Amino acid sequence: MATGTEIEEIVGKDYQYGFVTDIEVDTVEAGLNEDIIRQISAIKGEPVFLLEFRLAAYRKWLTMTEPNWQNVRYTPIDYQSIVYYSAPRSGPKYQSMDEVDPKLLETFAKLGIPLNEQRALAGVAVDAVFDSVSVATTYKGELNKLGIIFCSFSEAVREHPELVKKYLGSVVPVADNYFAALNAAVFTDGSFCYIPKGVRCPMELSTYFRINAANTGQFERTLLIADEGATVSYLEGCTAPQRDENQLHAAVVELIAHKDATIKYSTVQNWYPGDENGKGGIYNFVTKRGLCEGERSKISWTQVETGSAITWKYPSCILKGDSSVGEFYSVAVTSLKQQADTGTKMIHIGKNTKSTIISKGISARQGQNSYRGLVKISKKADHARNFSQCDSLLIGSECGAHTFPYLEIQNPTAIVEHEASTTKIGEDQLFYCAQRGISAEDAISMIVNGFCKDVLRELPMEFAVEAQKLLGVTLEGSVG
Amino acid sequence: MLSIQNLHASVAGTEILKGLNLEVKPGEVHAIMGRNGSGKSTLANVIAGRSDYEVTEGDIRLNDKSLLDLAPDARAGEGIFLGFQYPVEIPGVKTSYFLKAAVNALRKYRGQEPLDAFDFMEILKEKTELLELDESLRSRSLNEGFSGGEKKRNEIFQMAVLEPKLCILDETDSGLDIDALKLVANGVNSLRDGVRSMIVITHYQRLLDYIVPDVVHVLQDGRIVKTGGPELALELEKHGYDWVDGGAA
Repeated sequence: MATGTEIEEIVGKDYQYGFVTDIEVDTVEAGLNEDIIRQISAIKGEPVFLLEFRLAAYRKWLTMTEPNWQNVRYTPIDYQSIVYYSAPRSGPKYQSMDEVDPKLLETFAKLGIPLNEQRALAGVAVDAVFDSVSVATTYKGELNKLGIIFCSFSEAVREHPELVKKYLGSVVPVADNYFAALNAAVFTDGSFCYIPKGVRCPMELSTYFRINAANTGQFERTLLIADEGATVSYLEGCTAPQRDENQLHAAVVELIAHKDATIKYSTVQNWYPGDENGKGGIYNFVTKRGLCEGERSKISWTQVETGSAITWKYPSCILKGDSSVGEFYSVAVTSLKQQADTGTKMIHIGKNTKSTIISKGISARQGQNSYRGLVKISKKADHARNFSQCDSLLIGSECGAHTFPYLEIQNPTAIVEHEASTTKIGEDQLFYCAQRGISAEDAISMIVNGFCKDVLRELPMEFAVEAQKLLGVTLEGSVG
Repeated sequence: MLSIQNLHASVAGTEILKGLNLEVKPGEVHAIMGRNGSGKSTLANVIAGRSDYEVTEGDIRLNDKSLLDLAPDARAGEGIFLGFQYPVEIPGVKTSYFLKAAVNALRKYRGQEPLDAFDFMEILKEKTELLELDESLRSRSLNEGFSGGEKKRNEIFQMAVLEPKLCILDETDSGLDIDALKLVANGVNSLRDGVRSMIVITHYQRLLDYIVPDVVHVLQDGRIVKTGGPELALELEKHGYDWVDGGAA
């Protein structure tokens, strides 16, 4: 039987997967001013429109103040001490896997990451068997045949400036919020994806990209466009351990779904959560928004958030096209002293638009988990429908769960449903499982996976298996 | 099988069991009756090892091995099964999945190889038929949205699948209508095999019409104050617990 203190112990294991690679970098001076921005733009050889986009954002940012309405606490960020550009230069650090921390390898094994990817993630020299460049090229050839553009943001700026110019900032305007404006001013790279009319992307994008994506930096910019009738599933991040020297991460993701297009965007985030005292973790302040531009378009967000000291993000859908559909499925875990304020916004503008929100918050140790969600039904959105379900699971007695639902209904034909529940993994459940022979760790892992099932099944198959293992690993220590 | 000697146990500093002795031989069914607060459920939980209960004196031995230093999951591994008075719900976890985890955890404890999915399904099927249960039971989330009767039947189903040496049924009859009671009793009787021992804790004689015990004990103020055959339950039914008070005095 796990007593309160035993749960504390189980929850109290260290973050075992952080790792740092010391590499040489090209950097600009710390601090932020117009010269730095011009410098970044020049290093990257950007066209004038992009420099102007950055400068406009920067000037807006100067007039804005950091938001403080979210339910998280942290020490103020000194924006002038941050280095806004750093590109990795040197190669691998280790010559063989024997030199890599065995604990790290153990974690890789637990997560079921293929050996070759393990090498790349750990920074081991890759041999001829695994050549990420050639793998990438193979995929690219296949995608090219279909007219799919999938590349780094920088490459898109060089190769497809007209698309970048047309869509950049069209869903998240430069002055949308403090962190989005900062990102617009200083973003260094990210991903770009365009699926042409009528094309169904034949593979989950970015599965092979996860190695390459490891160095995209703290101000990441992603732009994903699905043209009429196109379909794409995009996976962001990876379940592998990630550690970063940058405390502040302020990414922006913009999705555009045209008529009859479908975008499925899945994220698993596993950044360093900080130590037991809450020191050193990542601040993850992200703006993610999708525009359902055309009729019957659909955008579906799925996220599994287990890392970061502070998570502040609301993947949202603007349902502009008639009969468009928005979905948000989320699992957010906070343990240690982690804080998460996350949720979504569903803005119904078109007629017969539909949205679904399923949010599962898990709090352990001293973690604080807040769901914050807005459902807005505009005047013209006749017969709009929303269903929201927000469930919280508490483990131990020092953590917290909070729910902040906002409803703005301006059309009397709307049907909006909201369900919420809070449960606690109690001594009763653990004793029951123990009485059947099941250890406290296995019991908690089983209960948590059961709790998250509605969200996990939305993830692409391969990702779902990894996410489930990740929850297990995070909770083997944290929840068990 | 089970031997309890001079057991003293307390909850939050209050002594509930005050020198309890009990011997259960293989294959025997013992009924423990008593008023609310006499210590019946405490006894069940103490045998299973619930941590809220502190054993301050005495010993509990299963097949001559003391259970006191073993965690609840290890006691389950030794063959103890507790049918709960209030079974918990675990949303999103199928009963069959839960049971597979349990079976394999117990097998691991006993140094046996885990069962594969096919062998396990065979067992589930067999036990479902044995207890005449609805097939859908095992594919539903564990106890979630189950009626009181379904929860109790699910306890008996788990007992059948896990094949324990000693079963303790803690007020399994509470909240059951007569039909559900018969189903549960039939299930229990089908698991009486001359080797497996059972302790049936109950408030009323009613259950003992269907599960006929070998021995009946009356628990009062943390001690067994009267022991007899099945006829003792009938006497109790007739005269009430006050009759014991008089008899014990």
